[in-house]
Amino acid sequence: MRNELEVKLIPIYILSRKHLVPEGSTIITAMEYAGFKLKKGIGCREGFCGACASLYRLETDFKLHGGLGCQTVVQPNMQIVQIPYTPSPKAIYDLETINPEEEVFTATYPELYRCLSCNTCAKICPQEILVMDYVQAGIKGDLALMADLSFDCIMCGLCAARCPAEITQFNAALLARRLFGKYVNKKGRFLEDRIKQIQDGKFEEGYRELMNLPKEAITKRYFDRELNFKIT
Amino acid sequence: MAYPEYMKESIELVHKTRAKRLEIDKIGIQNVLTPLTEEGRKKVLSENHPDYTPDARKQIRIGPNKGEWLTTKVVEILESHSRLPTTFRLDKPDYETDVLVIGGGGAGCQAAIWARLHDAKVIISTKLRMGDANSMMSQGGMQAAVNPNDSPLIHYLDAMGGGHFDNKPALLKILTQEAPKAVKHLEDLGVIWDRIADGNLQTKTGGGTSRRRMLSSRDYTGAEIMRVLRDEVRNHPEDITVLEYFPAIELIKDQEGKIAGAILFHMETGEYAVVKAKTVIITTGGFGRLHIKDFPTTNHYGATMDGLVMAYRAGAKLLHMDSVQFHPTGAVYPPQILGFLITEKIRGFGGQPVNKFGELFVFPLEPRDVEASDYIQECRAGKGIPTPDGHIGIWLDSPIIDLIHGPGTIEKNFPAMVRQYKRFDIDIRKEPMLVYPTLHYQNGGIEINEDTSTSIPGLYAAGECSGGVHGRNRLMGNSVLDYNVFGRIAGISAAKKAKETIIAGNLTIDHIGKYEEELLSARIITPLKTPVLLPEYRNLDLVSRHLDEFDPFLPAGL
Repeated sequence: MRNELEVKLIPIYILSRKHLVPEGSTIITAMEYAGFKLKKGIGCREGFCGACASLYRLETDFKLHGGLGCQTVVQPNMQIVQIPYTPSPKAIYDLETINPEEEVFTATYPELYRCLSCNTCAKICPQEILVMDYVQAGIKGDLALMADLSFDCIMCGLCAARCPAEITQFNAALLARRLFGKYVNKKGRFLEDRIKQIQDGKFEEGYRELMNLPKEAITKRYFDRELNFKIT
Repeated sequence: MAYPEYMKESIELVHKTRAKRLEIDKIGIQNVLTPLTEEGRKKVLSENHPDYTPDARKQIRIGPNKGEWLTTKVVEILESHSRLPTTFRLDKPDYETDVLVIGGGGAGCQAAIWARLHDAKVIISTKLRMGDANSMMSQGGMQAAVNPNDSPLIHYLDAMGGGHFDNKPALLKILTQEAPKAVKHLEDLGVIWDRIADGNLQTKTGGGTSRRRMLSSRDYTGAEIMRVLRDEVRNHPEDITVLEYFPAIELIKDQEGKIAGAILFHMETGEYAVVKAKTVIITTGGFGRLHIKDFPTTNHYGATMDGLVMAYRAGAKLLHMDSVQFHPTGAVYPPQILGFLITEKIRGFGGQPVNKFGELFVFPLEPRDVEASDYIQECRAGKGIPTPDGHIGIWLDSPIIDLIHGPGTIEKNFPAMVRQYKRFDIDIRKEPMLVYPTLHYQNGGIEINEDTSTSIPGLYAAGECSGGVHGRNRLMGNSVLDYNVFGRIAGISAAKKAKETIIAGNLTIDHIGKYEEELLSARIITPLKTPVLLPEYRNLDLVSRHLDEFDPFLPAGL
């Protein structure tokens, strides 16, 4: 797995100490190369879990940058720190009884209405989500838009860490998506029909037959089966 | 990090052949490149699949599966010492609960949710954060026979054939029959499924499925389900206690041999804790981070087979631990994303695997082991594309998707993939991806019965750590289904059992001492202490200078 090619080493700073790491490393692989056994601030390593939020500064500008450790390639003289998670309030609710009305956030995440429209959240989002826009959609009670805009959120917490209005954007968005998925999204009939067929025992006889077929017979049945990629 | 110059010529051939391949898609690719017959499958597997090489398996010398041939790396990990001394204080439990769930991924959260609904108090112990799991990473989807021209029976037949007819029929019946209900349950919890205009669920094909049965949430299917389940667990702090960075390292029994809890180990402080529980569910996932045969992996950092080790040491029987799933399409370029999962949904949408000449060479939707073996064969035949750092791959032509379904399809359905490659200056809407099989899934595991019980009373298992559901090769979309269906059953079974359970006498870990004796009498000499907990990726020069003073649990020999 380790390749034998000559690699160029570049300097980066982790916990203020200078380390030479291979060019092209991500923050995570650079830290490992530098000797860190990562026990937190690390997860799927593929950009899906949001466990490896990191903050860094570059010598080329004055900004505090944010990114996922597993997806951000190191640059010379980068100063890095990990943010394993951002402590964030989580509202407790019963999705069965909660009312998916416009004012749902007044009871759950009232801080949403403190949004200053500064867009700091969107600027730091490693998923390039229009965070401020979905917060504003939430304030206007547009659950569908909030769910759509926030869909790719991996809940790394960087937006909440930077928000001057102390909003927990990602938790509010999660509630919006759950309400949208349960109450707003239009549903077709196929799923309910199939569940009813199963409850009525429509397939029991078929299962009995298949499960009792000798191996040769089920093998033949399998390789002879029709491929049909239509819906109905 | 765009593709290097020398690959451009081959990429041009992929562009040039696309129009012709689009015609093939229109007449139905299965009519041109027909799926392999039984004999064809056997041939390509035996000649190319990593499971069939002579050193792939080794006979295990101790434990419940003694004498069986299992995957070599699995045997090495199982024939190891406990991290605990054999004498250990158990008389003052730090936590007591009805149900202990070990593992905070999809199966663990489902189990906790359903155990609570059956009046149990639950503790979830997890190594990293709750939701840091392979469940979070699945992109492509979940199978459920929901379309009128499909049925649970066809789903059953597809999965049985994909698993080489080794699946336990009773488990597979449950998986396929409960699937639509699992979809509905997730819908009720607020999961946003992809839908077509009339509101019915969008369905796509997957490898080895004979109908359109793959449900999805863009290409964040696992993330969408996992974050909803995690949120639901957090809605019940009075009944479900979550212990993060606090994994179990051994199981505890009572005087009758029933499982009665576990010993946890805190990853940061190094302290241990004793949990006394009436029943225990293992939901620790698989083994990708063991890098079997040195393959890169799609798996989560924590996928180190921990639950299996604990359960085996306690006497649980394993099933099908001689087979390893390699996902056909792992990224091989750029090197930063080596081994990353490229969802099978790409092929479900018509994406085509082609060789360096831009030629189709395989039906794109064979079961995973067959498809992966075909790619390896094509590369061995000199028709792959080498990478600068010594890997090889074939092209997965993604741009054809927008030609088949219309502009914008890729962006809408594969935002994660587009983003992933864009970070390295590759636009998958216009250029193909370079792929090769990557270590993906533990087909077997702790053998379970229909209620997810194992061969030890009081111990349950669900999800990837369990064995029997998928036979020796899982189909796409059946693992997400597995953890939702069997996670739920495990929660219900363990909660019901807990109600009638009385823990007999003092807690004990005598089984660990017995396992040590077995090691000794089989003359197995190993420095290895398990469970592994975390893989080792540090610079080896630095590891050699590592002082263990603060890290007495450093896994030796890894």
